[in-house]
Amino acid sequence: MIMEKLSDAGERTVGQSPVRSSPSGNRPAPPPRTGEPAPDGGLAVAARDFSFWYGKTQALDSITLDVPVRRVSALIGPSGCGKSTFLRSINRMNDLIPDTRHEGEILLDGSAVYSSGRDVVELRKRVGMVFQKSNPFPKSIYENVAYGPRVNRLVSSRGDMDALVEESLRQAALWDEVKDRLDRSALGLSGGQQQRLCIARALAVSPEVILMDEPASALDPIATQKIEELIHELKDRYTILIVTHNMQQAARVSDFTAFFFMGRLIEIGKTEEIFTNPRQEQTEAYITGRFG
Amino acid sequence: MNTSTLGRPVDTDEKASALRRRRNRFNRIMLTLTGVCAVVVVVPLLLIFYYLMVAGAGSINLDFFTQLPAPVGEPGGGMANALLGTMFLVLLAGAIGIPIAVGAGVFLAEDGRSPLATVVRFTADVMNGIPSIVVGIFVWAWVVVWMGRFSLLAGGIALAVMLIPMVTRTTEEMVRLVPKELREGGVALGFTRWRTTLGIVLPAARSGILTGVLVALARIAGETAPLLFTAFGNPFWEWRLNEPISALPLLIYQYAISPYDEWHRLAWAAALVLIGLVLAVSLASRFLIRNPYRQR
Amino acid sequence: MNPKADPPVGIPEATPASVSAPPGGPGPFRRLFPSRQRGNVQDQVYGFALKGFGILLPVLFLFMVHRIGTSAWPAIQTFGWGFITSQEWNPVLRDFGALPFIFGTIVSSFLALAIAVPLAVGLAIFLTELAPRWLAGPVAFATELLAAIPSVVYGLWGIFVLVPFLRFTIQEPLSRRFGDTIPFFEGPAYGFSMMSGAVILSIMIIPFISAVTREVLVAVPREQREAALALGATRWEMTWQVALPYAAPGIMGGAILGLGRALGETMAITMVIGNRPDISASLFAPGYTMASVLANEFTEATGALYLSALMEIALLLFGITILVNIAAQFLVWRVSRRGGS
Repeated sequence: MIMEKLSDAGERTVGQSPVRSSPSGNRPAPPPRTGEPAPDGGLAVAARDFSFWYGKTQALDSITLDVPVRRVSALIGPSGCGKSTFLRSINRMNDLIPDTRHEGEILLDGSAVYSSGRDVVELRKRVGMVFQKSNPFPKSIYENVAYGPRVNRLVSSRGDMDALVEESLRQAALWDEVKDRLDRSALGLSGGQQQRLCIARALAVSPEVILMDEPASALDPIATQKIEELIHELKDRYTILIVTHNMQQAARVSDFTAFFFMGRLIEIGKTEEIFTNPRQEQTEAYITGRFG
Repeated sequence: MNTSTLGRPVDTDEKASALRRRRNRFNRIMLTLTGVCAVVVVVPLLLIFYYLMVAGAGSINLDFFTQLPAPVGEPGGGMANALLGTMFLVLLAGAIGIPIAVGAGVFLAEDGRSPLATVVRFTADVMNGIPSIVVGIFVWAWVVVWMGRFSLLAGGIALAVMLIPMVTRTTEEMVRLVPKELREGGVALGFTRWRTTLGIVLPAARSGILTGVLVALARIAGETAPLLFTAFGNPFWEWRLNEPISALPLLIYQYAISPYDEWHRLAWAAALVLIGLVLAVSLASRFLIRNPYRQR
Repeated sequence: MNPKADPPVGIPEATPASVSAPPGGPGPFRRLFPSRQRGNVQDQVYGFALKGFGILLPVLFLFMVHRIGTSAWPAIQTFGWGFITSQEWNPVLRDFGALPFIFGTIVSSFLALAIAVPLAVGLAIFLTELAPRWLAGPVAFATELLAAIPSVVYGLWGIFVLVPFLRFTIQEPLSRRFGDTIPFFEGPAYGFSMMSGAVILSIMIIPFISAVTREVLVAVPREQREAALALGATRWEMTWQVALPYAAPGIMGGAILGLGRALGETMAITMVIGNRPDISASLFAPGYTMASVLANEFTEATGALYLSALMEIALLLFGITILVNIAAQFLVWRVSRRGGS
């Protein structure tokens, strides 16, 4: 994953010149911060002039955007555009990579994610994450879901844990498929089931925000469809950010879409507007398949 | 924006944050302990080098490298014969062992999956774990019994038996690292298999193999146990194959367990020289690791 | 690999390429080297030579078993199972029982393992999970140096530094305070003792165990670590609950590999363990190991039976270390195979 991220960043710099020299190559107007505010007006995650570097390569350049509560926001853009880096900055997963730095701020529910006194453990408990490659632990299905509540000591009794595991699996639409084999290894599940198990595992710690990093990219169409339906159901309760390079998927699942290009946020707005009537030329070019 | 807008109570509950603090503290304690482990492991190394320098460096002088050991009670003397003996033993072991080991290693790399190769590889791994004292006894029961005497030859064979499995496995690894395009290039030019291997593959793997050989030579140069009943030791100059011969590690052992202070000093000095030799060879091998195919 | 590029041919004699071989020549060779190097005598000779080098290893190994086995045979016949259950080791009376040596070897090795494994695993965690690169490099190099120091130098250092330290700083106070109550600390503090042997062995095997542990920890997929962290685990919880269990079989293999080294280690332990064939519960009492008795008595053994008894000890040591190494090999192999897939 490091390698992927690093090469992402590499591509970015390589690809820089063509855009600068394109006819509309003036620096794009600052994008509007958000689309419509969510009905209840809250912001789950907000970025303020957030920039990020891997070593000397800049991966994100002054990102400012707002993510409304209990909506699905999709981050789209060509590979290397920084969308995954941005996602992984929200729960500070990039801390694991040596030699990185950032400027600006990301706010979770109004408080700075990168402030020095921030407890990353608490942060990551509040921000769940689902990865590109499903990554269940080599343990039983039950133990996978129970891991988060257990390290965070969320429940005290065995009965509560059973209930929490069941609820999480139900929310992830996996319960009916696995209820008879909770003690079997999670590695015996199909790819799609594993990914939904990872979602259930993330739900079990009651996060406020769920980050999904191309959650369906390794899945077949039917499994993908199930994940998408699941996202649709979860948005009543959770704020979801999903990174995808599949534009149809973004159009299908999201309420808001942000288009990233070469480390910059080009445009953000309601999904149907972005896809039918983009304001920026680059967005239109990407959406209509002229590059990326 | 101080109140939660997420519709959930922010996790400010006293108990929960106390628990998190406890977990974070435990995290710091345990991670610090791993650092303590690192210190505990490195300290003996520093101590060994410290004592080698303090106790050994003073006795190293020109005599040490040019004179025979002095009889008990007489001051001075050196370990020139043991140095020479170690050199002869290592060279002999290399001359016997390296061709066999490189041949076997190439065989393993080229014939990778055949049943015979599996057996050979397994034997090499098992032989790598055989205690060196057992190797010494084996060579005694074979060469010493057969010749009727301790000898340089027996010592060299014992060290070669130690060396062969090590170099076999490193050679195999290094040859495997050579990209198969390079081989195919040779074959495409109409080279025979042996010509491809000798002319293209082995030269490409040369620095890696050399590294493995040097590391193995450094290791056997410090071995004592296989020499106890084969080379045996000798207080005089010796170079003939069929005579017992001295070696640095043997002398260190003999002097260390002796009751004489003068000999203890010489043992420290000899140990310093031996470590110097071993480290010089190990470090030299490190610089050779610039194998272009080694990058992963 | 290029030989595989040739399509397998069942009956090489039938291929046109064999025409280029000298008449009559390839026949018997052919059967030794089916299909691959058809048609080229040079390559056949080459393949034959390579195989010869390869075969030398198993041959050498079997010869080893045979030489030591036949030399030990008289003792095996004379003493039977009594050899490994008897405590008597009396060359004068020609009464040979190896139990004190077996005891000393096993106890010193397992004690060494008990000291070395926690330290080595801790060190490996420090190097893979915690240390910044500028620190991890030198520390890892220092550990490698520890593995490069010859056994006899450890022994020398043991005699003049470690043994006096253990005797005066650790053993005597412990013996004074707990000598009467705890059997492990009983008796006079000799310095040259089981404890000294175990400590020096542990220093010697730590590099092996930590190297293997590091390798398997690095092989733990990044996704597994990220999954744990993303769920709110601390770094230590991630390491302890996710990375270590994942790497456990490999760490086990590394520990067994270290055990194999400890069992066969000769010079260093011979120089510090005290070399007295007694079985004692006290860690402060001298002991004796199989390798040590070989090093000390082999050249002085008078009489065929004495020599044969020593040979039997060598055979036992040989057998034990081989079994231990095979077990380690198997575990490490299983882990690396899983990591690769």
